[in-house]
Amino acid sequence: MLDELDRRLLRLLQADPGRGVPDLAEAVGSTPARVTRRLDQLRAAGVLLGSRTLIDWRALGYAVAVSLRITLDKTQSRAFDDFLAAARLVPEVIEIQTFLGRVDVRLSLIARDLADYQRIYREQILELPHIADIEALMTVATVKGDESLPL
Amino acid sequence: MILDDLDRMILRALVANADQSTTQLAARLGLSQPATWRRIKRLQEAGVIAGRRLQLDAAKAGFGVTVFLGVKLATKGRVSLEDFERAVGAIPEVQTVDHVLGLYDYRLRVVARDLADFERVLRRRLMTLPGVGNVEANVLLSEERRPGPL
Repeated sequence: MLDELDRRLLRLLQADPGRGVPDLAEAVGSTPARVTRRLDQLRAAGVLLGSRTLIDWRALGYAVAVSLRITLDKTQSRAFDDFLAAARLVPEVIEIQTFLGRVDVRLSLIARDLADYQRIYREQILELPHIADIEALMTVATVKGDESLPL
Repeated sequence: MILDDLDRMILRALVANADQSTTQLAARLGLSQPATWRRIKRLQEAGVIAGRRLQLDAAKAGFGVTVFLGVKLATKGRVSLEDFERAVGAIPEVQTVDHVLGLYDYRLRVVARDLADFERVLRRRLMTLPGVGNVEANVLLSEERRPGPL
C-alpha cells in the first residue's frame, strides 16, 4: 500500500516527470536520500515504471484519429491471439486494448487524412482475422488527455 | 515535419524510455551528444515531442479497475456540450475525455479502486452529469501501446 509520502511524490512526478530528486525533496519537506530511497522502493515494487515521451502525431501529418471497436468471432478458439498478433503488424495502430463487455478489442488508429484512413481500413483492418463486427468512432477533439491517476 | 532515419531512432528510444539522458541516448545510438541534443531540440520545437508522461502500474498503485465508457448525450446544443465537458473533466477518476463522432458523443477512460468503487463513481458522478443519456461500459482487461508508424 502507498503511504502519504509515496502519493505526494507520485502526484508531483505525474505533473512533471522530469522533476529532480533535490527539487522533490524540498517540495515534500524531506531529504534527497529519503526521496531516492522511496523512489527506488516504488520502482522495485513495480508501481513506478518510468516515463515515456509523447508524440503529437498531428505534427507528423497524421490528422485523423479513429477508435475502432471490434467484436470477435468467439466460436474460433484462437480468435483473440490471432487477431492481436495480426493487429500488431499494422504500423498505424498505436494502442490495443482488450475488454470484458460488448466490445472485445479496441484499436487506436491514426491516418494522414480520410483517404489514407479509407485505404488502411480496407487493406489492413478488414483483413484482420476473426472480426464479427466493427464500429468506428472518429476523434473530433481531446477534452482531457493526461491519463493521471487520482492519487 | 519530415523525419529521417536518425529522428525515427531517437523517437523510438524516447517513447520506450524518456528517463535516459541525452548522453546515454547518444551512446546507445552511436551518435555524438551535441548532434543528439540538436535533433531532440528540433523535434521539440516542431511539436513532434509533445511532452513526457509518467508510467505507473495502475493496479499496483491501488486502481484495480479501468473502464472505457461510451456516452451519448440526451440533449444537444452548444451549451450542453460545454456543460458536460466542464463537469466531466473535473472528475478525478476520469483520465481521458474524447469528443467523438459515431455511435457515441464522448469516449471516457475511468479508473476506480475496484468494481464497487466504479459503481459508486458511475452512479454518483457520471450518471448525474448534465445531459447524459445512454452509457456503455467496457472493463479493460489488457492494454498495449505500440510505437506507431515510426
